Amino acid sequence: MTIRRNWQGWALVGPALLVTLVLFAAPMVMVILTSLHRRTGGTTDRTLSLDNYVRLATDSTIHQALLNSLEVVGLTVFFSTLVSYPLAYIIAFRVPVKWQALVLLLTVVPFWTSYVVRSYSWLLVLAKNGVMNQSLQSFGLIGEPITLANTRFATVLAFVHFFVMVSTLTIYASLRQIPNNLPLAARDLGASPWHVFTRITLPLSIPGVTVGAFLTFVLAIGDYITPQIVGGGNELLLPQLLMLQVSRRGDFPLAAAMALVLLVIVAAVYAVSAKNLTLERRR
Amino acid sequence: MKLLRGSIAWIYALVVFGFILLPVVSLVVFSFQATNLPLPPFAGPSLRWYEALFADSGMVEALRNSLIVGVISAFFSTMLGFLSAYGLARYRPAGAQATRAALMTPLGVSYLVIGFGLAITANELALGRSLVLVTLGHIIINLPLAFAIILSQMRDEDETLEKAARDLGANEWIVITRIAIPVVLPGLLAAFLLSFTLSWDEFIIAFFLADFDVTLPIEIWSQLRTGLDAKTNAAGTLVFAISVVTLTLAYVLNRAVQQRSRRP
Repeated sequence: MTIRRNWQGWALVGPALLVTLVLFAAPMVMVILTSLHRRTGGTTDRTLSLDNYVRLATDSTIHQALLNSLEVVGLTVFFSTLVSYPLAYIIAFRVPVKWQALVLLLTVVPFWTSYVVRSYSWLLVLAKNGVMNQSLQSFGLIGEPITLANTRFATVLAFVHFFVMVSTLTIYASLRQIPNNLPLAARDLGASPWHVFTRITLPLSIPGVTVGAFLTFVLAIGDYITPQIVGGGNELLLPQLLMLQVSRRGDFPLAAAMALVLLVIVAAVYAVSAKNLTLERRR
Repeated sequence: MKLLRGSIAWIYALVVFGFILLPVVSLVVFSFQATNLPLPPFAGPSLRWYEALFADSGMVEALRNSLIVGVISAFFSTMLGFLSAYGLARYRPAGAQATRAALMTPLGVSYLVIGFGLAITANELALGRSLVLVTLGHIIINLPLAFAIILSQMRDEDETLEKAARDLGANEWIVITRIAIPVVLPGLLAAFLLSFTLSWDEFIIAFFLADFDVTLPIEIWSQLRTGLDAKTNAAGTLVFAISVVTLTLAYVLNRAVQQRSRRP
């Protein structure tokens, strides 16, 4: 019986495993293999070498791109959390319960617009004669139009716009799980609202903050479109440098090594935060 | 004081919602722009950019390609996701935990890296870039999601129905098609429609794997580089509208199915 069950179970799981093997595992092995090749002149030298990793360790352009990526994503995580926490708090505790689902739905509306077009619409907002410059000028905050598009500020702004949606959802989920009677009991025992927040609400909502920050980090660090469209080429992030190797230089081996850097960064962040990555209530 | 705090909260919420919704609103509004540039002041409404969009054979072709790739890849992701979730939940073969983890791994890898891996693998196998490859790429990114959604819908209680059917002489095919699938139908629909919307808007994998026949995000991307006009807004609004219709459909179907199953 057990053997039959095993056999039937595997027959059902088999196709999906096979697809994962062929379309995911094999390509990842190819990335690793390719990273050990070497691009010289116009051809690829297939003798295995660690050349690309030496370049990763020594090339200052790559270091700068990696640093840019980490800084931009770090700023994105920070500001997304900063903006979305109060919003999630207001939705969870100020908005009447029956309206909360609708308000949340409204929060994620932009998620369903085209990603490419959404990035591009930020470009329009931030352009020299765009809405942002015009309103800053009309408020008298600036005299001349300032350069907003194609800067780090623009990339972070567009990223924050996208990830505020993600973080608001995860933080809201955490806040809603806090039992009502905890803050009430604390208030009865004489705690000030500030104390209730810092000692009860905030600590209990940390899982939502962590999950939101993790998703933001993972999705933002590998993104090419937003930095490319909104940020432009003034300051390259790692995915942009990777795409340059592929499209301009045909240097697949170096691009493969960079892809592995992205992979390792995500894996490291996952390893560090894995035990905190759950939205389910702890018992 | 309390009133002040309350109004600060509402003002904050309004400002953030303004920030969140501004690009969508300006996208949709300026798609009806009567003049050339999708910039204020608004003149219109006019449908000229929608006419231009549907007169553009490249856009229409890309739209059709995106629909086909989306439907086919979502179908396969959902089917494979269902079979594997069913196999793991009901037969619990040895190594089920590890299998589950293996099926979920692609979720932890950037689309950029997956697309790049597929591109160099196809290159190695001398497979030309094509929409078939794009479809395969979309199957692998959506399979883990479809699997996770459907697995979460597999309740242990439902297993008794399947056991009863087997006791009454049903073979495995009948058990799957008459019982297992109808029971998790909401999950299947959710998985299919989510996979479709993600494929529909996916850029980087299609960018790596498509050749001359492109999907809509790629076509929009290449038109962006030739300069801006409000046609992009019309295309973006259309993408948005189809996603919203798909999701609304998912929601309505889900409720209908759930209400039916609640009836005794």
